[in-house]
Amino acid sequence: MNTPNPTTRSLVIEKDMPHPPEKIWRALTQAPLIGQWLMETDFLPVVGHKFTLRTKPVANWNGMVDGEVLAIEANQRLSYTWVSMGMPSVVTWTLTPGNGGTRVRMEHSGFPSEESASYKGASYGWQKFIASLERVAGGLDRP
Amino acid sequence: MQAIAADVFKALSDPTRRAIFEWLAHDGEQTVHRLTARAGVSQPAVSKHLAMLKHARLVRDRREGRETHYSAQPRALAPLIDWMGHYGVFWRERFSRLEDLLNKIEK
Repeated sequence: MNTPNPTTRSLVIEKDMPHPPEKIWRALTQAPLIGQWLMETDFLPVVGHKFTLRTKPVANWNGMVDGEVLAIEANQRLSYTWVSMGMPSVVTWTLTPGNGGTRVRMEHSGFPSEESASYKGASYGWQKFIASLERVAGGLDRP
Repeated sequence: MQAIAADVFKALSDPTRRAIFEWLAHDGEQTVHRLTARAGVSQPAVSKHLAMLKHARLVRDRREGRETHYSAQPRALAPLIDWMGHYGVFWRERFSRLEDLLNKIEK
């Protein structure tokens, strides 16, 4: 259910749910509902809207996320930035109806594309850096 | 630990600093002089970048005569490597909460 992508360093979770896309869409886009399963938020389903998500801090994480809505296609696709502890990333939800229910796909892509880097050469963008991270950190133990 | 993780992310948010860190990690210890030549920016700029990397404990410095030598400390990358594991657990847990909510609310 949970597949890290080695080239883009994104996390993908995909699940079939026995609910119509419209209902799942509400849970993904209405702030009071989002607060019940994800985090407390002032989210609005409007492109360009800036919002925060907050939850109790845990070890190594302050529980705070800043986001901005990037794309919305009602009942189908929702994408927003996810900036936490100074590290930028993007979360994209895709809903596909089928088999009397909905396939829910969430992709949390590790780092933004090179375009956000001001560095002209772009050869040291986050993507490449992260791709080489495991080589660099070869001897590190994963917790 | 939290502060250190934030320092690491901040230090690596700049492409020039990522480049410097990669050079040190791949090619071993180097002087400020050599790094300046490679980076194509001024020496004060390189020194400033190195100071931020050092603050995040990503590099270590060593004085030898008139030169300062820098080396990478890849262990300091651990918070970044934890990232995938952290969000894997986070999203799996959130997915099950989403399903519980969907079972509760009406159409």
